[in-house]
Amino acid sequence: MAAVSTFSNMNKMYRACFHASRQAAALKASRLLNNRTFRVNSTHRQQPFDSTLEKPQFPGASAEFVDQLEFIEPNVIAGIPVYRVMDRQGNIINPSQDPQLSKETVLNFYHKMTLLNTMDRILYESQRQGRISFYMTNYGEEGTHIGSAAALEPNDMVFGQYREAGVLMYRGFSLDSFMAQCYANADDLGKGRQMPVHYGSRDLNFVTISSPLATQIPQAVGAAYAIKRENINRAVICYFGEGAASEGDAHAGFNFSATLECPLIFFCRNNGYAISTPTNEQYRGDGIAARGPGYGMLSIRVDGNDVFAVYNATKEARRRAVAENQPFLIEAMTYRIGHHSTSDDSSAYRSVDEVNYWDKQDHPISRLRHYMASRGWWSEDDERAWRKQSRQTVMEVFERAEKRLKPNPELLFTDVYEEMTPALTKQRESLFRHVQQYKEHYPLDLYDKDSH
Amino acid sequence: MAAAARLFLRGAHTKLSISSVSTVPQRHFGPALLKLSPSCDPHTQTQCRHAAHFTFQPDLVPTQYGPTQKMNLFQSITSALDNTLSSDPTAVIFGEDVAFGGVFRCTVGLRDKYGKDRVFNTPLCEQGIVGFGIGVAVAGATAIAEIQFADYIYPAFDQIVNEAAKYRYRSGNLFDCGTLTIRAPWGCVGHGSLYHSQSPEAFFAHCPGIKVVVPRSPVQAKGLLLSCIADKNPCIFFEPKILYRAAVEQVPTEAFTIPLSQAEVVEEGSDVTLIAWGTQVHVMKEVAQMAQEKLGVSCEVIDLRTILPWDVETVCKSVVKTGRLLISHEAPITGGFAAEISSTVQEECFLNLEAPISRVCGYDTPFPHIFEPFYIPDKWKCFEGIKKMINY
Repeated sequence: MAAVSTFSNMNKMYRACFHASRQAAALKASRLLNNRTFRVNSTHRQQPFDSTLEKPQFPGASAEFVDQLEFIEPNVIAGIPVYRVMDRQGNIINPSQDPQLSKETVLNFYHKMTLLNTMDRILYESQRQGRISFYMTNYGEEGTHIGSAAALEPNDMVFGQYREAGVLMYRGFSLDSFMAQCYANADDLGKGRQMPVHYGSRDLNFVTISSPLATQIPQAVGAAYAIKRENINRAVICYFGEGAASEGDAHAGFNFSATLECPLIFFCRNNGYAISTPTNEQYRGDGIAARGPGYGMLSIRVDGNDVFAVYNATKEARRRAVAENQPFLIEAMTYRIGHHSTSDDSSAYRSVDEVNYWDKQDHPISRLRHYMASRGWWSEDDERAWRKQSRQTVMEVFERAEKRLKPNPELLFTDVYEEMTPALTKQRESLFRHVQQYKEHYPLDLYDKDSH
Repeated sequence: MAAAARLFLRGAHTKLSISSVSTVPQRHFGPALLKLSPSCDPHTQTQCRHAAHFTFQPDLVPTQYGPTQKMNLFQSITSALDNTLSSDPTAVIFGEDVAFGGVFRCTVGLRDKYGKDRVFNTPLCEQGIVGFGIGVAVAGATAIAEIQFADYIYPAFDQIVNEAAKYRYRSGNLFDCGTLTIRAPWGCVGHGSLYHSQSPEAFFAHCPGIKVVVPRSPVQAKGLLLSCIADKNPCIFFEPKILYRAAVEQVPTEAFTIPLSQAEVVEEGSDVTLIAWGTQVHVMKEVAQMAQEKLGVSCEVIDLRTILPWDVETVCKSVVKTGRLLISHEAPITGGFAAEISSTVQEECFLNLEAPISRVCGYDTPFPHIFEPFYIPDKWKCFEGIKKMINY
């Protein structure tokens, strides 16, 4: 009896595998037809087993037999084109692809991209002067941040890696909040616990950054699944670099999102380097977009330095992700103009000429400025005035943040668990007794006396 | 017939075989070291490795939680999950093979009752399962993730230790994954060998931010699992797989909770404190009886229940009274959780101790297959530990 029931269970499991493969096939068809007519929820459909058909019946694949020995070439998927809207001079190439954004919107894009750039310069310098412990700039990737952020709804959840400050800025994170985090002062929403650039905001649906790479990818899938069950107009976007895409968590996230049908946008910033490791030492296939078909997922490659291309791709991916409950993979090609972080000197592994090319000739900010100038929306005077004003604003906030006290040391012990545990209470009391006794050896004056 | 079925299962699917071979009907076995399963033909004794190193001892039928029903441990887990799915519409249960009921049958019938979107299979990928569960919890829903064996939890170690455990702290309490519970079958099973027998609780006990819980019986399993699910911190719930079928009790059908981080004095005594969790509690109860009968020594048996954060107070209170402490777990002795208990008790109860604290644990080897009867901290090793402490 036990044997019989177990056999039937195994049979069910095999059938489940069979469906997964059918589903992949259906996905392929749906791409051809540009709709989801063929797409059937695997858990709802049982493919009838028919042993009389002279075709492969293996549960794990759906195809025909062949009688010629032939390996599939690795370049079957190669040379995936790069979608763009503007050329490097900011001219719209195909008018049908012009997102037709208002002057106000485009100026906002530009303001955010340049403000991010200004904030980066000041915080980078402040680290160099020893005023903050660490920093990571976003130079050269401003287009990927602003273009994607603008295409989302404010209640869409963001799971970032660490180089997406522009997304948070676009959503309205204040300069004060950025600076408070980098200075780990008493106003830091994260309570001074993390290194600089590990931002987070509940109000802005931007999940707090963590240092381990790619861990956010399967988490974003889980969040998207929970959101799908709420059945509301909401999606999740997950950012990561092409280096992080090599982690096991990336594979896990891609595979889970496709099989569990989650309304999610994977946004890969392919910026050419994972610290010092160039892409040709990171992967052998055609970048990250080429992996999409392997997972049964729709994918696209875009010019990440073209803010409109990023915007269009993200907007359409978001629309379809929610409408069709499926993941999309966007690979935004860009270039990390800055060093990886303040702990890195990229001249050790790449040429200055290479960096200069991207900085001077193919920069997302200059491309958008060309576009604005050609419309008569932006002049040299506007540029000068805005640069001056934004720099001044950032400096004011910066000085405020620097003067602010650090958070109360009591916050060392809270939020480990939702409640204080007896062990932590004891350890906290022990620390405070010790610090009282050895006051002169601890920088108490720098720390807030109040806990908020 | 039963033997034939088992053989078939072994050939068909190793993992499935574990669930069926671990069938140990509830029965009192008496004092012999090695016991044969009643289903074993006595003529083929040399072929049958089925040894039970413990005797499951049910607790008194609980009266305070309403009507009860006879359940084994896997059924009490199913019952807890059933209560959760019924009362919390956001709750989802997922993992490898959970849709058809799970290889240990803990999710039987739940998909049909609550829908395919709430009880579902994931791809075979532990880091994905835990990462996914964290995301579900961060988005505000209740996530119950199953790792098919505790031995296979390590690919998810990063997601548990670096992510789940630190989510609330690192975000300044802006985000948390407190509604995540990870379940995993745990501990020795008689024939599980290296990769179906491990007790990895000590790895996670070194990780502030998560809770680690191990039940000893069906009633405890249900109450503690429901506490883990309700708790606003990520919890790992290790289920002693040898008890799935071997342990049967009258279990309340309605939802009820047993508080976390509270050890339970399951037997009072005055001379020696014995601490264990999971299956080993039953070994300890038998050892206490042996110590009383053979040595006239009165033992206090404590089920720690929650490994992290653990109940220092109950343990120390007992040691202050008895002056002797023996801690026993199946995991290797070096760096095991007994070491942590031992050093805390030494700090807190130094002047009360009449003898060095004794740890009777697994050896510092991988979990061995055919040598399991020699590896496990069985009642004779624990009994000898007590003798040494008394004669110190």
